[in-house]
Amino acid sequence: MQWGSLTEFLAMGGYGLYVWTSFGATALCLMWEALAVWRRHTAAVAGNRDLS
Amino acid sequence: MSFMGINWFKYSSPQAFYPLVGSMIPWFAAAAIVLIGVGLYIGFFVAPTDFQQGEAYRIIFVHVPAAWMSMFLYVVMAAWAGLGLGLNARPSFMMAQAIAPTGAMFTFLALLTGAMWGKPTWGAWWVWDARLTSELILLFQYLGVMLLRASIDDLRRADRASAVFALVGVVNVPIIYFSVRWWNTLHQGASVSMTAAPTMAVTMLTAMLLMTLGFWMYSIAVTLARMRCVIVERERQPSWGKNSSMQEVAEARSCNGGV
Repeated sequence: MQWGSLTEFLAMGGYGLYVWTSFGATALCLMWEALAVWRRHTAAVAGNRDLS
Repeated sequence: MSFMGINWFKYSSPQAFYPLVGSMIPWFAAAAIVLIGVGLYIGFFVAPTDFQQGEAYRIIFVHVPAAWMSMFLYVVMAAWAGLGLGLNARPSFMMAQAIAPTGAMFTFLALLTGAMWGKPTWGAWWVWDARLTSELILLFQYLGVMLLRASIDDLRRADRASAVFALVGVVNVPIIYFSVRWWNTLHQGASVSMTAAPTMAVTMLTAMLLMTLGFWMYSIAVTLARMRCVIVERERQPSWGKNSSMQEVAEARSCNGGV
């Protein structure tokens, strides 16, 4: 472990902006996609139920 | 075809596939969370600082897995599309349809994290170098496959047209992969390859491979989930989601005249 403190960890040796943007964007995209698929399924099943 | 006492062909029909896949998704999702969690831990707390690039190199833990998935998913999508064309099989086209958005997302992420890595190490967000340009074209191909499908109302024509588009585009995947060898690029060469020992520390490699496996599990989970959406949307009938028997489903299908 090379981090002395939380500030040091967040700073990422001066590259914090780039590193955290990368990981943040990836996390957001993955979670957004999972949520979107889940909502799409709910909507599709609901739309189908109206058929009966 | 029977193996281990199971009729595997049964699962090539959406009616049997739908509930089976529904029970598999949570397992793939759980595997993805565990693998990504452990990968992030090793990537941030165990892997040492790079002697050349400092901490900026840690972007590798999302950049490389995303880029690998973008190429891999394209090949898988094209394979399903080709199978669909060859066998005229509806579920194969659905599978290709379900993979495209996830592949496009990983391509976008590979480009974005690449820009985030390029700025501090090269001094530029973007350069028109062979690796970057061919990866950008891959994003356009994914978008092309999706837009082509969306622009054709007749489902079967949409299936075939987007399948042909996807198949032709496969030629770009080896171009992306070998671009760093064929041309002089700013992008660094492969750190991991089939033929040579990896040129990185073991802990770095472990973290990267764990993240890749995690992204893999994520892709399987989300693609199968989208496949279920596609099935329900395309085969509109009242019996989906109920624990109805195969018989009932077959009857419902024949009443609808079979879509």
